[in-house]
Amino acid sequence: MAEADDDGPDLREERALPSNLRRDQPLVPVDGVAGRALMAVIAILTFLASISAGAAVLAARASEQWRGAISNEMTIQVRPESQRDIEADVARAVRMAQGLDGIASVRAVPKAESDKLLEPWLGTGLDLVELPVPRLIVLTLKSGASPDITRFGPELRKEVPGAILDDHRVWVRRLSAMAGTIIVSGFVIVLLVLTAAALAVAFATRGAMAGSRESVEVLHFVGADDDFIAREFQSRFIRLGLRGGAFGGVAAIFAIAILGLLASYWNTAPEAEQLQALFGAFEIGWAGYGAVFLVAIIVAAIAGLVSRITVRHYLRALT
Amino acid sequence: MVRFENVGLRYGMGPEVLKDINFSIAPRSFQYLTGPSGAGKTTLMRLILMALKPTRGLVDLFGQDASRLDGQTLTAFRRRMGVVFQDFRLLDHLTVYENVALPLRVIGKEEASYRAEVVELLRWVGLGERMHAVPAVLSGGEKQRAAIARALIARPELLLADEPTGNVDPGLGRRLLRLFMELQQLGTAVIIATHDLNLMDIYDAPRLVLADGHLHVDG
Repeated sequence: MAEADDDGPDLREERALPSNLRRDQPLVPVDGVAGRALMAVIAILTFLASISAGAAVLAARASEQWRGAISNEMTIQVRPESQRDIEADVARAVRMAQGLDGIASVRAVPKAESDKLLEPWLGTGLDLVELPVPRLIVLTLKSGASPDITRFGPELRKEVPGAILDDHRVWVRRLSAMAGTIIVSGFVIVLLVLTAAALAVAFATRGAMAGSRESVEVLHFVGADDDFIAREFQSRFIRLGLRGGAFGGVAAIFAIAILGLLASYWNTAPEAEQLQALFGAFEIGWAGYGAVFLVAIIVAAIAGLVSRITVRHYLRALT
Repeated sequence: MVRFENVGLRYGMGPEVLKDINFSIAPRSFQYLTGPSGAGKTTLMRLILMALKPTRGLVDLFGQDASRLDGQTLTAFRRRMGVVFQDFRLLDHLTVYENVALPLRVIGKEEASYRAEVVELLRWVGLGERMHAVPAVLSGGEKQRAAIARALIARPELLLADEPTGNVDPGLGRRLLRLFMELQQLGTAVIIATHDLNLMDIYDAPRLVLADGHLHVDG
């Protein structure tokens, strides 16, 4: 561009170019205390959203297990009546059930097994001979079959007056409603947390823009367009979002894994069976880990998108 | 290249700080913009840079009415200008090299394509050994030279320099002035805002003199 001057440095001196010239420094600095604080906020929000998503997946899996376990079977409960022979009633009910279409197998639960079901309430070692303990018959349905229980129920009551047919529909409905509520709540919480993350990023971007106002003006003067400046901010916030999302997501996966370990440790305790019955195995599976990963990615994407929109809005106001 | 017709500017409801400004800058011309401190030299430069909008009158840039420019054209016009700010406006977190390379980086040039050019210019302005330094550790003169190098690196058609020799010793001041003259000979229109009479005496050129908000042209 120019030649050496008498009183200037010697320009004709040929020197090799430094190899480490490029530092690839971002043009808009958003690291530092504010950046780290925002990353911590994003990590915490991602953690909460991931835990909510994990809980929803856990509830969905548990509800699937419940429904799978009870919707393909029905039970007949035969209550003892003083004038009737309960064993004969059970045998009659079993025969009638075997004649019903769509039934794969019928099993009368032996008396000893029925008595055992009462042990948690009455304790062991009691003689239950005198107690009028009902007997159970378990009917396993053929897959996809729907037996005509509206006809079978009354027929059974006519033949065996003490028999009650239970197809678990009420239970399935209640459990489905409960699981549905948990899933919807989890989804709503994830949405709320993502909204909070978006707002946090919007405020942080505005703060960063206000702090970098001079830099933004210089970038304009040296020929940067709004798109370029928005991209610079966006890439910084996407990185922050990815880092925060990764920290939060990994922490959530660890938390879920630790809870799973604790749950399997508690399996040895007497209450574990009921806990297991309610929650199923404490395991979110690949779908759960996928949901956590997705939440982290969505948080990073939101960080990038919101910062871009905020910057464009700010630049429009500036010009 | 630049034409002002009856331009006036006031901030808010205050008095007019610039009144009835009329002048034009021809391509490949060289002129000083002078006047006492506070006369409005920097404000006039910001009007040329379209960082401020006049409250009245016409500002014509590169043949277009500046008040009707869209964002894209504004950016394109700014890429044809180089500016040296009085307070340097270097980005504090970037090195001298990165600051000087900024105009090329923002237009998407690959770093390998301009590295040698930037280093050559830095060596020419005496910052060859300071290219890795950040502005915070530079002296006032070094910052000024870095700011000048940044304004020149993209070979602008119009160079606006606000007190470009204010922080350098007279020797370097003369060298920088010669650099601006050389640029003009290569085709750049140069406007140097200064109140340094000694500098203006070295090279005689038209003077746009601002006083009491009015502008008149000497020479």
